[in-house]
Amino acid sequence: MQTEKMINFMGQRKIAASISILLILGSIVSLFINGLNFGLDFTGGTLVELHYEREANIENIRQELKQQGFPGAVVTNFGSDRDVLIRVQTEDAKLGDKIAKDLQAAANGEAEVKRISYVGPQIGEELRDDGGLGMLFALAVVMFYVGVRFQMKFSIGSVAALAHDVIIVLGLFSVTQLDFDLTVLAAILAVIGYSLNDTIVVSDRIRENFRLVRKSSPIEVINISLTQTLSRTLITSLTTLLVLVALFLVGGELIHNFAIALIAGIVVGTYSSIYVAANILLLMNISKDDLIEIEKEGAEFEDSML
Amino acid sequence: MNRYPLWKYALIVITVIFGALYALPNIYAPDPAIQISGSSASTEIDAGTMQRVESALKAKSIEFFGVEFTEANGLVRLYKQEDQLRAQRAVQQELGEREYVVAVSLAPTTPEWLTNLGAEPMKLGLDLAGGVHFLLEVDTKKVITEDFESIETQIKRFLREERLRGVKIRLDDETLVIASEDEDARNKITAFLRTDVPALQYDRLESNGEYLVHARMSDAYIREKETLAVQQNLTALRKRVNELGVSEPLVQRQGRNRIVVQLPGIQDTARAKAIIGKTANLEFRLESRPSTLASQKEEFDWREAGKQQIYGPASLEKRAFVKGEHVTNASASIDPETNLPQINISLNSDGGSLIFQNTKNNVGRRMGVLFIEYHTRTNIEHDEDGKEIKTFTQIPEKKIISLATIQSPLNMNFRITGIDSMKEASEVSLLLRAGALAAPMGFVEERTIGPSLGKQNVDSGIKSVQFGLAMVLIFMLVYYRVFGLAANIALAVNLTLLVAIMSIFGATLTLPGIAGIVLTVGMAVDANVLIFSRIREELAAGLSPQSAISTGFDRAFVTILDANITTFIVAIILYAIGSGPIKGFAVTLAIGIITSMFTAIMCSRAIVNIIYGNRTVKKLWI
Repeated sequence: MQTEKMINFMGQRKIAASISILLILGSIVSLFINGLNFGLDFTGGTLVELHYEREANIENIRQELKQQGFPGAVVTNFGSDRDVLIRVQTEDAKLGDKIAKDLQAAANGEAEVKRISYVGPQIGEELRDDGGLGMLFALAVVMFYVGVRFQMKFSIGSVAALAHDVIIVLGLFSVTQLDFDLTVLAAILAVIGYSLNDTIVVSDRIRENFRLVRKSSPIEVINISLTQTLSRTLITSLTTLLVLVALFLVGGELIHNFAIALIAGIVVGTYSSIYVAANILLLMNISKDDLIEIEKEGAEFEDSML
Repeated sequence: MNRYPLWKYALIVITVIFGALYALPNIYAPDPAIQISGSSASTEIDAGTMQRVESALKAKSIEFFGVEFTEANGLVRLYKQEDQLRAQRAVQQELGEREYVVAVSLAPTTPEWLTNLGAEPMKLGLDLAGGVHFLLEVDTKKVITEDFESIETQIKRFLREERLRGVKIRLDDETLVIASEDEDARNKITAFLRTDVPALQYDRLESNGEYLVHARMSDAYIREKETLAVQQNLTALRKRVNELGVSEPLVQRQGRNRIVVQLPGIQDTARAKAIIGKTANLEFRLESRPSTLASQKEEFDWREAGKQQIYGPASLEKRAFVKGEHVTNASASIDPETNLPQINISLNSDGGSLIFQNTKNNVGRRMGVLFIEYHTRTNIEHDEDGKEIKTFTQIPEKKIISLATIQSPLNMNFRITGIDSMKEASEVSLLLRAGALAAPMGFVEERTIGPSLGKQNVDSGIKSVQFGLAMVLIFMLVYYRVFGLAANIALAVNLTLLVAIMSIFGATLTLPGIAGIVLTVGMAVDANVLIFSRIREELAAGLSPQSAISTGFDRAFVTILDANITTFIVAIILYAIGSGPIKGFAVTLAIGIITSMFTAIMCSRAIVNIIYGNRTVKKLWI
């Protein structure tokens, strides 16, 4: 193995750790103070999207809705100045139709209904519970799988990296108060999948090098492994980011936040696969001895697969 | 070295051809069309019907083509999407709302040779096709409570008959507490429960000198009751949805007590909601006497044409004393004594006492059962600007399904005899069951996607796939050159296979599903990137080109496997917890992982083998 080509990633590990801790603390504080701006899927209520034939006057629409008896309605543009989104907190399933009809009448019919959604309060609550539960469950299953295929220390490292990514993406949505809807939840779960992919590739190489490079210290082994996988990590992140930028730019308003969550997740995930997982391995004093038993099983497995 | 055995090439070629064939139908854009079907099974579509359809379209100068029909369905394709609604209205007016249902639909244009292979295009989800999605929740708790109440009444009647005094009954949070003063009374009660009320499980307890029985419903019984209620509501809903004229409606149970209704292409959501949300439609009334005041009676026709001919209309009292919501069950059976068909009806406790009060002094008179169907009429008017104004009115249509003599005072469980045939008995009991909802239902989720948004979503979905794919292809070609070409071909095969598998499984394509495809494009190259980076490393370590290729592929394999299995686990979890759109995303992600494993490892290896395999190579273009 060529030990000469090596970037000293772990030399900056204290700085990286401080950045990670700061970001995580910031995210948690923001989540506590601002919370998430949950979308209709989670809060329940009614949403109406209208497309006007000419530029929509938001102030007029607000006045109109106030007169119709919906003072709590939130009116915003959606994508363009001719598209308007109206959100009302209500438990009445029929309200959406009424609002759409009233506004269409007020616009002399020059408004087209793009969508009307009603989500009952029980649905929103269930989704919040299921979503949180799903995320925890995903983390647990991953921890188990990595623990079996690699080793407990790797398992803790990769789950820490995943939690790191999820918290920071959630923090981003909390700070920016972007709409957190079902698609964003899906994106975060996809981030878990993606970031895991990255972490596994790096861990795989670290494991391999611990067996190959006998004399080096753990820090050196990790640095060598990170250097070797660096180009792959960057290229895969790049191709994935390319398609996500495509989704963000031309995918339409409905998956805008989905794309944002994934882009953020992949940037953070790439960083965490280099710094968080490896850092935790060092923190737990990973050494060759941890991998001795696995070596046999792993070797057998590799043989049988080829 | 670096040669594949022939069977591997054959496998790849067969898979690619297979994938291409089954992905192909998605290239053919569907035609806007209208579909005509009879509102009951007895109405057949024939050439005459289709001629009326054609002339109605010609009268409105709507251009059409490709008229086809079977006994059950007729289909007319249109040139323009904008004509669809106008055509539907024109044809519906021509054929009438009573006999025919006219629906807008999208007719596939898949060539026949592909259809014969079973290749069909993917279905578009509501967010792409436009339409309505309802999620209804059945109030099953009410069913259980009502059932408890009727059991309570049954026990009280037993206590009265047996003259067991001083026994107290109360319903305490899903437990029926029966307190008696002596053990003897309690034994009688438990004996009765054992033989006559199998739904209950009970414990005996003693407290403060009282002998208690704590009776609860078994979980299995509650589940069964709930399932029955949901199923009955499903039946009722399906009948109602058929009235709406949607070409591919979906009415399905979801979870324990919810029902999903999806109506693609529906424009009139108000009408859809009115029809789906309508309630009780059964009435029990006494036959009027000659002395009954004219203002107190009404005349009704029979539901069945044969009976209408024999008996003619019958006159019933205006007052309905029991309604559909009181009926808890109805079934057809044969009376063992007379061998004649009969209908057994069960009412809830309210219904039981109402029917008892109203029949005890009317033995010998006849009681009629009215079945009420609501027909929604669409009225189109024009205001002064010539704009269309649509209003919907629900017109109840009440018809007699049974008229029978009251033999003795009736209570919660009674039967109707004098039915002509077993067929009629089962049909009427079905109407009794399906006519009324078993339990009240409420809308818990409702999503309407306008047709323009659907089209917009399709356009932006296609655009982002093209855009994303182009960028990845260019990048791979520039960065990995010959190997990039191999990866790009593999990626194209991957997309084809993904689409083919989704089409074969009849998966529904949604906007998040498209996002999943785009993400797959970005991530699928990962396996190739892993392999190629490895090959570069091996070359740098001084291996010969040929052995660098084989070592690169082999060493990367385990990493790829581990990375993909974990992502696959996440996709499964997404599928398990997600609702509609998220499921679509999870499905594409999961299928994408499997197909990309195949293409990135097998296909790209095959291409590399073909290019470099059989010769001496000095330098790799990587």
